[in-house]
Amino acid sequence: MEKLTFEFFGGAPVNATRAPALVGVVGSGNLEVLIEPAELGGACAVEILTAARGFGATWKAVLDDFFTRHKLADVRIAINDVGATPAVVALRLDQAVEDFLGGGA
Amino acid sequence: MSSYYEASARERLHALFDRGSFHEFLPPSERVVSPHLVQLDTPAAFDDGVIVGRATLDGRPVLVAAQEGGFMGGAVGEVHGAKLVGLLERARDEKPAAVLLLVESGGVRLHEANAGLIGVSEIMRAVLALRSEGVPVVVLDGGQFGCFGGMGIVARLCDAIVMSEEGRLGLSGPEVIETTCGVEEFDSRDRALVWRTVGGKHRYLLGEADAIVADDISAFRAAAIHLLDTKPDLSLEALTAEHERLGARIEKFGALRDALDIWSALGVEKPENLPLLEADAFRAAVDGKRA
Repeated sequence: MEKLTFEFFGGAPVNATRAPALVGVVGSGNLEVLIEPAELGGACAVEILTAARGFGATWKAVLDDFFTRHKLADVRIAINDVGATPAVVALRLDQAVEDFLGGGA
Repeated sequence: MSSYYEASARERLHALFDRGSFHEFLPPSERVVSPHLVQLDTPAAFDDGVIVGRATLDGRPVLVAAQEGGFMGGAVGEVHGAKLVGLLERARDEKPAAVLLLVESGGVRLHEANAGLIGVSEIMRAVLALRSEGVPVVVLDGGQFGCFGGMGIVARLCDAIVMSEEGRLGLSGPEVIETTCGVEEFDSRDRALVWRTVGGKHRYLLGEADAIVADDISAFRAAAIHLLDTKPDLSLEALTAEHERLGARIEKFGALRDALDIWSALGVEKPENLPLLEADAFRAAVDGKRA
C-alpha cells in the first residue's frame, strides 16, 4: 500500500456543520471517498491509501483537475483505493462533493 | 422500480426505510477500521463493510444492519462482527419492533480468521438471545454476493428470510463446493445450476425463505413491513417440530440429485419453467406445493 497526501489552497470554506458523506466501495477497481468539514486553516486536504504503488503523479493530476472544478476549503477528503482508474476516481470525487454539498443520501 | 441487487448497502438502507429516518451508529467518519487489514497491507473500509443504525419502517422503530458485498465479499472481520453484535445487544435494551439484517456476505473474513470466526459465533448467540426476548430478527437477501458460510447459518437462526430470485443462500458457496469436491460434483460457472440450487426460488420452495419478491427495493420493503409482527418462537415444541420437518425433508428428497427433481417431487407442473417466471407468477405456480 502507499499513502499519499495533498493540500490545496484558495478555495471557499464550507459550512462546518455539514454532515460527512461517503461514496463508493473499497472493491477491486473502485474506491471509497469520505468527505467532511475540518478546521484546516483554509486548506482542502486529501489523504489517500492506495493498493497500487507508484501512481503519485497521476493522483496529483486527477486532484488538480478536481480542485479546479470544486474549490473547497476547510474540507478533509479521505480515500481508500483498490486500483481505480483516473476516470473512476474523478467521478467518485464529483459524486462525493454532490452528496456532501447537496446533503443527499 | 429500483434494483436491490444493483444497489450498494448504503443505497439499500436509504431507499428501504422511511425517508430520512436512518441514523447510523459508528459512521465512516469515526474511522473504526479493521486493525488486521492494515497489518496485511490491504486497504480497509471506513465502515468495515457493514453499516449499522436505527430507522423507522412504516413508522415503527427498527434497528438495522446492511453488509456491503463489494468490500471483501461482505465477509465478517473483527470490527464488522462487533458492529453486528453491538446492534443486536442494543436491541435487547431498546426492544425495537424488529431488527432487520440486509445480509450480503461470503461468511468469515479469512484475513482475520479467528477473530472473524469468534465474531460470527457471537452474532449467532446474540440473535438467539434477542429472539428469546421476543424481538424478531428478519433477514433480507438479494445482493450480488448472496449469503454464505457463517452468515448463512446466522440467516437461518433468524425468524424470517425475504429473498429475491437473485438472492442466494447456503453454507458452502458454489466455488467452494467445486474446489473441494470437483467440477463433476458442482460446476460453479453453470449459472442456471447455481441459481436453481442456492437461489431464492429453491429456498422458498424448500421453506427456508419465507417470502420471495421481485428484485426491487420497494418489494423488499413491503415484505419486511409484512413480517414486522412475526413472533419469535424458540420453545422446545417449535424446535422439535422444525427438526422433524427437516428430518422428513431429507428422507423425502435426500436421494435426489438436482433441484428440478425436488420441484417435481413437490408436485410442481413443468418444473423446468420455474426459473423463467417472475416473482408473482412463480408464487402462484407453487402455491400450496412448498416443502
